[in-house]
Amino acid sequence: MLYRPLGKEVIGLPEGERIGVFVCECGLNIAGSVDCEAVRDYAERLPGVALAVRNRYTCSDPGQEEIKKAIVEHHLNRVVVASCTPRLHEPTFRKCIYDVGLNPYLLEMANIREQCSWVHLHDREAATAKAKDIVKIAVARARLLEPQVEMEVPVTKAALVIGGGVAGIQAALDLADAGHQVYLVEKEPSIGGKMAQLNKTFPTMDCSI
Amino acid sequence: MMDVGRHPRIKLLAYSEVEEVSGYVGNFRVKVRKKARYVDEEECTACGDCVDVCPVIMPDEYQMGLSSRRAIYIPFPQAVPSSYTINIEECLGVQPIACGKCAEKCDKGCIDFDMKDEIVELEVGTIIVAVGMEVYDPTLLDEYGYTRFENVITTLEFERLVDSGGPLGGRFARPTDGRVPKRIGFIQCVGSRTERRGNSYCSNICCMNTVKDSLLLRDHYPEIDITVFYLDMRAFGKGFEDLYKRSKDAGVRYVRGLPGEVKEDPETRNLLVTVENTTAGRLEEHELDMLVLSVGLEPREDSKTVQQLLSLSRTSDGFFLESHPKLKPVDTPTRGVFLAGCAEGPKDIKESVTQASAAAARAQIILNQDKIPIEAITPMIDLDLCNFCGRCARVCPYGAIVDVDPKRKVSPRVIEAACAGCGTCSAECPVGAITQRHFGDEQFFAQLEAMLGEGPEEKIVVFACHWCSYPGGDMAGVSRLQYPPSARVIRTMCSGRTGERLILRAFALGAPMVLVSGCHFADCHYINANRWTQRRVERLWDRLERAGIRPERLQLEWISAAEGQKFARVMGELEEMRKKVTPEEIEYTKQVLAEKA
Ligand SMILES: Cc1cc2nc3c(=O)[nH]c(=O)nc-3n(C[C@H](O)[C@H](O)[C@H](O)COP(=O)(O)OP(=O)(O)OC[C@H]3O[C@@H](n4cnc5c(N)ncnc54)[C@H](O)[C@@H]3O)c2cc1C
Ligand code: SF4
Ligand code: SF4
Ligand code: SF4
Ligand code: SF4
Repeated sequence: MLYRPLGKEVIGLPEGERIGVFVCECGLNIAGSVDCEAVRDYAERLPGVALAVRNRYTCSDPGQEEIKKAIVEHHLNRVVVASCTPRLHEPTFRKCIYDVGLNPYLLEMANIREQCSWVHLHDREAATAKAKDIVKIAVARARLLEPQVEMEVPVTKAALVIGGGVAGIQAALDLADAGHQVYLVEKEPSIGGKMAQLNKTFPTMDCSI
Repeated sequence: MMDVGRHPRIKLLAYSEVEEVSGYVGNFRVKVRKKARYVDEEECTACGDCVDVCPVIMPDEYQMGLSSRRAIYIPFPQAVPSSYTINIEECLGVQPIACGKCAEKCDKGCIDFDMKDEIVELEVGTIIVAVGMEVYDPTLLDEYGYTRFENVITTLEFERLVDSGGPLGGRFARPTDGRVPKRIGFIQCVGSRTERRGNSYCSNICCMNTVKDSLLLRDHYPEIDITVFYLDMRAFGKGFEDLYKRSKDAGVRYVRGLPGEVKEDPETRNLLVTVENTTAGRLEEHELDMLVLSVGLEPREDSKTVQQLLSLSRTSDGFFLESHPKLKPVDTPTRGVFLAGCAEGPKDIKESVTQASAAAARAQIILNQDKIPIEAITPMIDLDLCNFCGRCARVCPYGAIVDVDPKRKVSPRVIEAACAGCGTCSAECPVGAITQRHFGDEQFFAQLEAMLGEGPEEKIVVFACHWCSYPGGDMAGVSRLQYPPSARVIRTMCSGRTGERLILRAFALGAPMVLVSGCHFADCHYINANRWTQRRVERLWDRLERAGIRPERLQLEWISAAEGQKFARVMGELEEMRKKVTPEEIEYTKQVLAEKA
């Protein structure tokens, strides 16, 4: 999901970083091999961190509510979620902080599940130490995050289809039937492509043109 | 086909080619050359009066050269647009004195020898590439005697021969004597599935095409004896196995094994085929009246033009590359450009149509919006630092950096909408004038400092790209593959972003090992930005060596999103290498790099 330019942050960014860290247990997925309370405690003492919270499932509605509440109550201006891969929930949490007026680019994720708890299942001590490190790295990056404004470009409401074989014909018809102007460019004197040369076609065994 | 000609919202530009494309998603500007037909497309009624008087006789491409046409022609009766065309290279009458017979004949006066090519300029928001394929040509290798024996034809020629609109009016006959053949053979996989000749991939349609052809023959000429020589029959689509079964039930003989040799009996012009029947485990000889080569599909030879016009890429087999083989099968790396049909790979009509509808739907996601946002990960150039070297423009896979000119000292300008955010430009700028939004050097440095602040000797710095290697690491987790806890991953959008400054900073901070990882070459999500990654790492290996630093401490791996196993394995290997890096080495490296800085 992409974001429209915000330009309407309801929270003026307070001076200095005020980072909130949300450490997710993901049930036992993370808590099973990482001491999440130790990670939370460690995070709370990192420079720039205003608040560190441990959640059972950060991505759940109550988890997201907690983030939103914390942003407002603690005047957070950066958020670090230590949970699963950003490829899964970065859009979720970006939207979550955006909903209460924080620029979505002020979110950083620390992947302590796919790249930590799940790959060090049998060494709680090492997994916890690594999780702390991952959170520390994320917090360091978060301190330097800046709000970004996404540019928007206008769209010309027309499509070009290059090639008038059966594929190009179908694409052109679909687009045109949906109400768009279509330009169909075909190299040869007639459209039709290879299919126009076929006698009958499988699997229906009917004629092609 | 007819619907296209009639549709009020489709403007058909036939006999035309795209010559120039500029702009970016939502805002492409396109120049199309509409070639002169020398016949007024709108006025021509396709009456055909002109044809009879044209003295030029040429092989008819539509009929695969099995019959002839004139220099003024219509490719086939149902053509759209329904107009004749003069192939001016063949025509005698450019100067009406030379010929001009057709122009005299045409009562409607549609023929105009002064017609010129026309350049049409279009503005569009999206582009669908549906340029299709070519059919494998067995003449080059003279496969199975195709060029020497007249009774050896291809499946496409077969299509024309059996067609009622074909050169023989649908009466199927063999070329040498015009008699209906008694025994006919089909050879599968011609030009496909071979390392030696033709292409290594399966062409996807030829098995079912042969099944179809066998049934057509059965219906119209039940007396013909049909044999199919194959490697394995691929009837994987809906309803395909049924057809295959019908063909076998109808008495078509399927022999597993491709012929080793084909000879012609000079008298009867029959073909003698020697084949090892691998099911029966014996050598067989078949005498046939006619042989049909089931030829495969190939990328078009002129694909390169379209590829360059639209900054696309192609896979090693030559077909256009999709954004993701599973999840984005009709998108291309260039935003706003989509693929449909055989341009993307060999496929049948149903799949082509399905893909075309998918591409149209994907295109509409853009067309249905008034404005589209561009993710804010584009570069910002500090013009006070820039020395106009032009490197950024050269490495950008999308041509998103323009104007820069070292000679005239013109600054670079970023077309944000064309930029995909790979960050290669910022990695390659020699003076550090480019900051990628949201992925700036300072942010990476902060990560490295946090990571290597304590106990750096125990950690491995892993740079992984967002599309392949990072998800490869996730895949290792999803599969619960266990590996040593020393790796610390830093995510970049593309491995092209991992510049020298980042790598050297990691070493300067005491990292024992650094891994740069990205997508395999064909999978790069930024066309080919990872080629720059490779060149850069190779350059760095040399530099490290010259500085007395073991180049093995910098590793480069291509890990795909599916390769969790490989990711875990590489982490294990790196850990072994890390253990061999001595504290003295690390100290020495820090010193050398501190001096340089
Ligand atoms: C012998 C044979 C038998 C077959 N039998 C069957 C069958 O029975 N059933 C079945 O489902 N499928 C069959 N197929 C497959 C079928 O032909 C393809 O699936 C189908 O033609 C693909 O359509 P397409 O539009 O992608 O490509 P094409 O048919 O190749 O059309 C591409 C079009 O683009 C045009 N073009 C190319 N480059 C440019 C350019 N630069 N600018 C403008 N225009 C351009 C070409 O002139 C052409 O008109 C058969 C194929 C062969 C070879
Ligand atoms: S060019 Fe004239 S004579 Fe020829 S087909 Fe068209 S209308 Fe008929
Ligand atoms: S579809 Fe059949 S004949 Fe064609 S290449 Fe594949 S296996 Fe060979
Ligand atoms: S690479 Fe850097 S110095 Fe060279 S032109 Fe681009 S911005 Fe300027
Ligand atoms: S970030 Fe990549 S796509 Fe964008 S301008 Fe730089 S090199 Fe080109």
